[in-house]
Amino acid sequence: MMLIPGRSSKQGTSLNAGKLKEEYQAVTSTIEMNESTMRKLGLSAGDRVRLSCATGKVEVECGKPRKDEDLPDGMIFIPYGPSSSELMESDTAGSGMPMSKQMMVDVECLGAK
Amino acid sequence: MSETKTPETEKDEPNIRIVEDATCTFCGCVCDDMELTVDLDANRITKAKNACVLGRAWFLQHGIEDHPQAMIDGREVPLEEAMDEAARILHEAKFPITYGLSDSPCEAQRVAVAINDLVRGNIDTTTSVCHGPSGIAFQGVGESTSTLGEVKNRADLVIYWGGNPAESHPRHFTRYTVTPKGRYIPNGKKDRYVVLIDVRKTPSAPVADQLIRVKPGRDFELLWALRALVRGRDIDPDIEKITGVSREVLDELVERMKNCNFGVLFFGMGLTMTRGRHFNSGALLALATDLNKYTHFVAKPVRGHGNVTGADNVVSWQTGYPFGVNFHRGYPRFNPGEYTTVDLLARGDADAALMIATDPASNFPKHAIEHLKKIPVISLDAKPTYTSRQARVAFMVATYGINTGGTVYRMDDVPITLRPAFDSPFPTDEEVLTGILTRLKKLRANGRKKAA
Repeated sequence: MMLIPGRSSKQGTSLNAGKLKEEYQAVTSTIEMNESTMRKLGLSAGDRVRLSCATGKVEVECGKPRKDEDLPDGMIFIPYGPSSSELMESDTAGSGMPMSKQMMVDVECLGAK
Repeated sequence: MSETKTPETEKDEPNIRIVEDATCTFCGCVCDDMELTVDLDANRITKAKNACVLGRAWFLQHGIEDHPQAMIDGREVPLEEAMDEAARILHEAKFPITYGLSDSPCEAQRVAVAINDLVRGNIDTTTSVCHGPSGIAFQGVGESTSTLGEVKNRADLVIYWGGNPAESHPRHFTRYTVTPKGRYIPNGKKDRYVVLIDVRKTPSAPVADQLIRVKPGRDFELLWALRALVRGRDIDPDIEKITGVSREVLDELVERMKNCNFGVLFFGMGLTMTRGRHFNSGALLALATDLNKYTHFVAKPVRGHGNVTGADNVVSWQTGYPFGVNFHRGYPRFNPGEYTTVDLLARGDADAALMIATDPASNFPKHAIEHLKKIPVISLDAKPTYTSRQARVAFMVATYGINTGGTVYRMDDVPITLRPAFDSPFPTDEEVLTGILTRLKKLRANGRKKAA
């Protein structure tokens, strides 16, 4: 599946409170998918999920489902933070910029928290 | 503490200060119409009138941290001792790097460049992992540009590509681009047409008159198709299959772009952080230039941090290049991919790092973070971060724009003066960097740096 890290309001406000605070860490460890994708994967809000790729793996929480028209099938959104960095490849293709969006990841359901 | 005077009026309550026309430095909008209510007893801002949700969090969450001014290996030390140690680390390093700078005022950025010039180091800013690809594209393609004031007063077609300002720059719409009434846009939003181009329906979508959903990783193909259509060339009949956007939608957009009075393309990380990177930004800049054959069209990157644009400007004034600059040969060289920080760390080149108002230990790729753990790091930040926690030398500094004055650049390269709200017991980053620079000069005078 395709992981798209990005900014969110909560990520921005919790950033100001402090990156080492619980709220920031929770916000940046919560993913979003659309209703159909969650149903297909047998996921409910609050479930734990492992995302992995060749670079690394990370455990995150599944947030509330987004409407199908808001987020395409097979796409995962996560607010930027330590979890998305764990999966980011360091190769920049000579540009200085790592591929920070559109990362291909495997998804493994770990069940309810 | 900066000596910049704050325009203020004392109210009846003796310990409340109102700071008018203060500047928010959280994001690149750099809104300078804040009215701050400051509780001087508690050393905190209690109200930030005119601020957006992010600005309110910025002002209300930046009080005075209960934290030492300086630490070495996690142990509290006098400020002077920490500056001595930082200077020693940079002096003895063979490949010292400096990174960050986008949440510091220009006055501090200037000192950081001087440090790197002296130690023959490498200076890079958060631009390299933000609009660095756009910086590369500017050099290759050029830029049809304007201020946000011109957009407010003239733009009747506003296109956002690969960005979500509703969450990243909440006042971009309301202060500059969509809702404000302008000189030639007397009815505000009614006189503008707003298009959002993105891979997903973001919270910015309700503001737009039209949402165009592009397939992930197909921005370049879509931009090139638009360029072809603007020039009257034919395009691949399978364009919808390739990009997710139908020929009809493209034709309609092209007509709208060619026939507007003043069009603007704002672009974000959806272009620079994805497949294509600087080619995406370059294609968009070229599209804006092409459209000037028919009407007035400009393109502007939507910049993230409060003074990331200032960092581009200061590093450019001083070295000739905007980011990723290496002084190892005694003169500046620019080469993204070689002198940009992610690459330097991932390759294991750097042997010491000066991190200014940035937190690469939380937002860099893990291989870069792993190398950062192996080398001495000097950090300057207004709050504890992942980077400061692992730093050899960690300085807690005053928050720019809240505790210090100085100059920052809005995302459209307009310089704005900061008006501090209350004093901080912490030094400014300019003071810390100047202290390190002074010590480095003495160390250099006492003996040349070890040959690399």
